[in-house]
Amino acid sequence: MSSPIFPDLIPVIPEILIAIFSMFLLILGVFLREKLAEPLIRYGSLITIFVAFIILIVLPEGEALTFGNSFINNEFCIYMKALVLISSAASILMAREFLHMHQMDRFEFYILILLAVLGMFMMISANDFIALYLGLELQSLSLYVLASFQRESTRSAEAGLKYFILGALASGLFLYGVTLIYGFTGNINFNFLYSFFGDPEFTVPIGVIVGLVLIIGALAFKISAAPFHMWAPDVYQGAPTPVTAFFSVAPKIAAIALIIRVMIVPFGNLGEQWQQIIIFISIASMVLGAFAAINQTNIKRLMAYSSIGHIGYALMGLAVAAGPITSYAKDGIQAMLVYITIYLFMSLGTFACILCMKRGDRMVEEISGLSGLSKNNPVMAGVLTVLMFSMAGIPPLAGFFGKLYIFQAAIQSGLVGLAVIGVLTSVVGAFYYLRIVKIIYFEDAEEKFDRPIAPELRGVLLVSGLFIVLFIFIPTPIISLAEVAALALFPG
Amino acid sequence: MNSLLIEYLPILIFLGLAVGLALAIVTASLIVARQKPDQEKLSAYECGFEPFEDARIKFDVRFYLVAILFIIFDLEVAFLFPWAVSLGNIGVFGFFSMVIFLLILTVGFIYEWKKGALEWE
Repeated sequence: MSSPIFPDLIPVIPEILIAIFSMFLLILGVFLREKLAEPLIRYGSLITIFVAFIILIVLPEGEALTFGNSFINNEFCIYMKALVLISSAASILMAREFLHMHQMDRFEFYILILLAVLGMFMMISANDFIALYLGLELQSLSLYVLASFQRESTRSAEAGLKYFILGALASGLFLYGVTLIYGFTGNINFNFLYSFFGDPEFTVPIGVIVGLVLIIGALAFKISAAPFHMWAPDVYQGAPTPVTAFFSVAPKIAAIALIIRVMIVPFGNLGEQWQQIIIFISIASMVLGAFAAINQTNIKRLMAYSSIGHIGYALMGLAVAAGPITSYAKDGIQAMLVYITIYLFMSLGTFACILCMKRGDRMVEEISGLSGLSKNNPVMAGVLTVLMFSMAGIPPLAGFFGKLYIFQAAIQSGLVGLAVIGVLTSVVGAFYYLRIVKIIYFEDAEEKFDRPIAPELRGVLLVSGLFIVLFIFIPTPIISLAEVAALALFPG
Repeated sequence: MNSLLIEYLPILIFLGLAVGLALAIVTASLIVARQKPDQEKLSAYECGFEPFEDARIKFDVRFYLVAILFIIFDLEVAFLFPWAVSLGNIGVFGFFSMVIFLLILTVGFIYEWKKGALEWE
């Protein structure tokens, strides 16, 4: 037996860097005094993210496989990883004031975020099911701890426990699905499975279908798509707000990347089999996101339902990609990538607003707490209004274009019914977004929120507000980057 | 078939010896030793808790901590054995993979030690 060759480490430099830095910061933090450790590790983790971002950009172009074909890096992975890094950096920045206010400013918070980012990188770049599972677990375990980071709060502990139990169930489903796939094909490598299922003489055994359904179920859990969404509202509400902000973006983007890669690469030739499942999940998420949010009074819960709805719209792009025509499929994925990029900025902006909602050092989570914000703080009211209009999909804001591209892709590939349902549910969804605007502008002013707003929150609000307003004028960078990323998924 | 079974003969002999020896020791202590039973001697041996009582009691969360910390190093050894056996085949890459794994574990170990997770007061 020959010795295994030493793997090419260039495509994994960002991952190696994050791993080494997070461990170094962990040791550094534990040896420093607590007062000193927290700010130092915060800066350290931001620097890590920044350096990883730079390396990600300058990595050699094209597709690179390493570690016995179980790790892949291409433009798609780089695009998604960049989004993950942006959202993690924003979450770290937004967390500072909240953590300090609630006496939970321990340096482990930032280490956990770094480790979760490492897990997400592995998920995005995994090219076989074992590598995928390892990344998924590293990410999930960090997230469980983050959800229960506010140790004194029973809600936070409950959120962590609930997330852990349901997440473990989803992991179990995933592994069971993978064993079935392995049993019927004899391999777990994505490229092998792609050509295996592409064989014209291959007839799909029922076991592969069952495995596929189990894997989709588990991944739908991770992106909190209906009918696997039940954990999301409770966890969003119970987890500390900066953690909720992080949950609503980074892990979601990573899981979206994962579901795209798993569906397009190993199961790309089984599109007929999984298209209807994705269509069902998409419709269920859109409908649930629109109707269940109407009655919510807690804004974090509302955001949970809102994100379920947004995932439904994004999945529409994946449903398009199941079709046999590659150019339409590429358009579907591209629209999906543009959609989640816009979603990322809308969500971060909204959570920055939620983190500003505090009176006398207590967080306000009731939607009614926003009444009369227009009189107390017109700037914040304006930004939140823009965000809500954008979430509702009202032109000329970015959220409208996200939906437009998705619906265009769906109609182009003949999924007219799906697009119609999407438009209808977005009308229903507009109701609760506009209700917030109504509360801000047309209700009697309540007590003012604490001032001044932390500079980090102001920065995030400014960037996301500008992105949403200016997207109509300069959409090209995002759209062309998303196109390059989508093309990397469909070689040839 | 027969030759296959012959290969397992040592295990059978070992099993017979083990059962025989165990029985011999127990009977010997029954016959030879003096029997003076009391409350403590008759109760089941269990560390920490009463073996039979309501399961819903408060107990120290540090039991979990110790168990979890123990599991990690327990599993580490479970990885070390196959690695040690196949070291000749997996070459330099295999060797350093395990060294990196051990280094990562050491980082965790330093953290838990410094945090005081290993102290029981």
